[in-house]
Amino acid sequence: MTAAFDILANASLWEAVLRIATPLIFGVLGALVCERAGVLNLGIEGIMTLGAMVGWLSVYWGADLWTGLAIAVLAGMMMGWLHAMLTVPLGLSQHVSGLGITLFASALAYYLYRLWVQVGDLPPTIEPFRPWPIPVLSGIPFIGQVLFTQMPPTYLAILAVLLVAYILNRTPAGLALRMTGENPHAVEAQGLNPVRIRIWAVMAGSGLMALGGAFLTTATFNSFFPTMVQGRGWICIALVVFASWRPGKALAGALLFAFFDAYQLRLQTMVQGVPYQLFLMAPYVLSIVALILVARRARVPEALMQPYRRGER
Amino acid sequence: MTAPVLELDGITKRFGALTANDDVSLTLAKGEVLALLGENGAGKTTLMNILFGHYAADAGEVRVKGKPLPPGKPRAAIAAGVGMVHQHFTLAGNLTVLENITIGSEPLWRLTTDRDSAAKKIARLSETFGLPVDPGARIADLSVGERQRVEILKALYRDAEVLILDEPTAVLARPEAEQLFRTLRGMALGGLSIIFISHKLHEVMSASDRVTVLRGGRVVAERRTADTNPAELAELMVGRAVSRPVRQAHEAGGPVLVAKGLQARGSGTPLDGIDFEVREGEILGIVGVSGNGQAMLGRVLSGLTRPHAGTLTYRGQDITHLTPRDAVRMGLGRIPEDRHAEGIVGDLSVWENAVLERIRDFASRGFVRRKAAQEHAADLIRRFDIRGATPATRTRLLSGGNMQKLILGRNLAAGPRFLLANQPTRGLDEGAIAAVHRELLQARAEGAAILLISEDLDEAVGLSDRVQAIVKGRLSAPVPAERADARKLGLMMAGVWDHADAV
Amino acid sequence: MRFERREDVSVTALLVAPFAAVLVALVLCAGLIAMAGVSPLTAYAGMLKGAFGSRLAVTETLTRASPLILTGLAAAVAFRARLWNIGGEGQFYLGALTATALGHATVTALPVPLAWATLALAGMAAGALLLLIPALLRLKFGVDEVVTTLLLNFITLLFVGLMVETVLKDPMAFGWPQSVPVAAGLRLPDLVPRSRLHIGLILAVVVVLIVWLVQSRTVFGAETRAAGLNPRAAAFAGVPITATLVKVAILSGALAGLAGVIEVLGPVGYVTTTMSPGFGYAGIVVAMLAALHPLGVVAASVFVATIFVGADAMSRATGVPSFIADVIMAVALLAMLVALLFTTYRVRR
Repeated sequence: MTAAFDILANASLWEAVLRIATPLIFGVLGALVCERAGVLNLGIEGIMTLGAMVGWLSVYWGADLWTGLAIAVLAGMMMGWLHAMLTVPLGLSQHVSGLGITLFASALAYYLYRLWVQVGDLPPTIEPFRPWPIPVLSGIPFIGQVLFTQMPPTYLAILAVLLVAYILNRTPAGLALRMTGENPHAVEAQGLNPVRIRIWAVMAGSGLMALGGAFLTTATFNSFFPTMVQGRGWICIALVVFASWRPGKALAGALLFAFFDAYQLRLQTMVQGVPYQLFLMAPYVLSIVALILVARRARVPEALMQPYRRGER
Repeated sequence: MTAPVLELDGITKRFGALTANDDVSLTLAKGEVLALLGENGAGKTTLMNILFGHYAADAGEVRVKGKPLPPGKPRAAIAAGVGMVHQHFTLAGNLTVLENITIGSEPLWRLTTDRDSAAKKIARLSETFGLPVDPGARIADLSVGERQRVEILKALYRDAEVLILDEPTAVLARPEAEQLFRTLRGMALGGLSIIFISHKLHEVMSASDRVTVLRGGRVVAERRTADTNPAELAELMVGRAVSRPVRQAHEAGGPVLVAKGLQARGSGTPLDGIDFEVREGEILGIVGVSGNGQAMLGRVLSGLTRPHAGTLTYRGQDITHLTPRDAVRMGLGRIPEDRHAEGIVGDLSVWENAVLERIRDFASRGFVRRKAAQEHAADLIRRFDIRGATPATRTRLLSGGNMQKLILGRNLAAGPRFLLANQPTRGLDEGAIAAVHRELLQARAEGAAILLISEDLDEAVGLSDRVQAIVKGRLSAPVPAERADARKLGLMMAGVWDHADAV
Repeated sequence: MRFERREDVSVTALLVAPFAAVLVALVLCAGLIAMAGVSPLTAYAGMLKGAFGSRLAVTETLTRASPLILTGLAAAVAFRARLWNIGGEGQFYLGALTATALGHATVTALPVPLAWATLALAGMAAGALLLLIPALLRLKFGVDEVVTTLLLNFITLLFVGLMVETVLKDPMAFGWPQSVPVAAGLRLPDLVPRSRLHIGLILAVVVVLIVWLVQSRTVFGAETRAAGLNPRAAAFAGVPITATLVKVAILSGALAGLAGVIEVLGPVGYVTTTMSPGFGYAGIVVAMLAALHPLGVVAASVFVATIFVGADAMSRATGVPSFIADVIMAVALLAMLVALLFTTYRVRR
């Protein structure tokens, strides 16, 4: 049993937590931005897959890593635009449209990957992000390794949490976005266009989701393969609820989740006789448990999933 | 008279086959209070939505201080100094007063929000116009009256010179309404121009300088308030002399439904221990300002919410734990408060809606006997004069009045011993109201005990034998309708009652 | 631009909608095929030929359609009651696993028809139970069932993996993660000799007819429709909303479980973690293309099966990646959503 505790004292576990959390942080932030504006984006799983593919492919074709990420964001925003057009001006079911976007974006990613990349026995690889120790700070024992020896997109993820929190709570645009998710009629009555605000929010959120996907192929791994997102998108949707739609809590949720994931990975190698599938189930089971725990007291944006049509109540 | 601040010129708006506004013109002078009077469906709200830019008119022009407003742009209306207080408040319950007031007032892409100066401006406006609010409070925690103040402050914050209020007193108690009109009068003296929409004659008479009457989408008359009287306005509004059926006196029988100490909670105002007794062949009216527990009372009597204390007895039988199915089986008729949300399933056919409550009576071995059900529906359509309907018609295509006749019909056809009529005429035109009243009085004459919940005082007093007021989930003692004059009802609805008049 | 509700939805428009959606999908995907350097017309002709070009091709397409009919029906039944069952994939696998576990040895002593009935009921019960979890979580705790059914798909697939690598592992499979086979005598008879097409297709169509009858003619059907269209009004009229939703969940989960049963007893014979090419997810597309109508489900299943079987053959012949089938299906789904909008709304200005 002490071995199980020894894992906790090892800095490499905590370093892994931040790394594993990074795609989740981007994904959950993206879902949060969409939902605070009143649009559920179940396209997330497919958008992350497409982001993973596009980001990887750009680098494979010679772009540098940051350009790869930027292109992935653009691809995600395009999918977001599609989802937004279907659900906002057209007012279609956000559930079905989102699932359709997931099917479409992942199928498109697989199709283009097969079309453009020669796959031999092993998928081709790229040179991924490397840890980027922050001068001085990374020298601090333990904490330096855990917090300040991460890959650059991980720092970006933390920054993104602060930025999203600031924009939502402290700027006029953030107020307009939140109000659109609470009562779009109020937004229109004050002379703003809730349709436009929702479209932009969904595009921005989808860009963040794609960034999370691209982290998988440019940092976590160095290649793309089908089904690599593995339900992370759905976990993010659960995490948004768990976080009561707040960026800070979303970060905490993603970290908690990543901690369990990193911990079970290490436990798996130590505990004999327990089938590995049980460990792999843990994150999904955990997501469901998290949903049950908060479901009753969650303060959902009031206009979430309610289509807005001018003059129709 | 000075040059008009606002002119509407030849506004026409069609929705499909319906012409909501037909060549409507009106003007508003600086400092004037104009009442826009009309029945439900007369086109008042559509007209104001065009003025504010929610809709674009098919023809005509809106001019503010002589300058035409671009159609379909609320932003332009706000910039020109037009502010609107919507009937259904456009507020976000989870956000603060300050956030609700300031949204849209700053350029969207500013990097910061200047909350301090916003709070100062709100404080100054509150002071000037007598509209006290706490800028940091969450809207969901405010009372209805406070929310309306926020709505008005929203318009004033954007420097409105023309203020439009859509049915501003629909949700206010009489004292609050009087306070509101005093405030508006003060604003008009201060130079603001005000239009308020209403169908309540006494408000129009007491609070406006001038009245424009709308009927069927057209302007049918304009009067100076001083030159007219309620009777004339009523006739102008309805288009003919109003003739609602009149209640005939007759002796009530024994108690049919008795409530003792009923308590229930859930969403909205809870019931806090209420007692009443409805007798055979009488109508008991429950009056009160919206949001005082009427909805919960309706839910309990419909079998949707179980009371957690107290008892409900129906003809000597305990029905405290009533379910909708029990209600139908035992002959308790129910007319729901919101016919679209609760009364009918719009996308089902008329026959399906006619039998849904008692579908098991129209089934054998789990299969619906469609023929019998459709014949039943055809019978209801004939007996209750449901126009524009065949059994196969999609129910959403019916007008509000005909929908209500369908709901009345499916309840009355079975000859109920008790009938809950919750806001039975809300949103109906005068003709449909009269039809509903006739059916209710007919049921009363046949011995049904009727509980009428209504926010329309004229209706409640006109139909009921006895009246009780509901205030914050409690009921006043009943008073006979003959003794329920305006002053007494006003006091009762404000929560001031004694038991001296109890019957 | 704004939308205005049409006064009534015409049946013709509803019938035309799926064809328009499919046409739009094929036109849009032509660009992707052209990117592979293949003429779209050649590719589509190749797909048609691959799906219907020979007796074998036709039977393969119908074999593929059989479980799709049931997963599509499962989604359609649930969506009608506004129960968002996205867990068809997991329910399919659990049904298949249950049928295999019992069909390997346990029920072999029974007469064959009785054994079949037992396996079908067991598989349906397994699927139903799996959907009952998220249904009850929604009713008791208000947890959105979309996310829980999706997450349960992953959990179920891992569970199936665990089973085929441990308790149900086939010792004769040379280390492949594959389950023990169902008893040979319990495999469903072929419908067409020397093909994989089995009587499961007939069963699926019969189930469709039964579900259609139940939906359109029974008290349960009427109450389900009312509850799906306007839950508040249905509750007011005395429709037991919770019980209705639970019944719908049982029905929907059972149908998807049954799909797994016929796939195991029919063409496959054992369970692997890759036995479903996404039958559960494709079922959602089938349901939407069918506008949630049971009879439409049959046609939509054949369409989706055509795309997949045809794309495989076409891919082998032309080199266009077979993932084009998934793209076509997804675009058809999105196009159908838009088409359905225009059956209920018209555009004004």
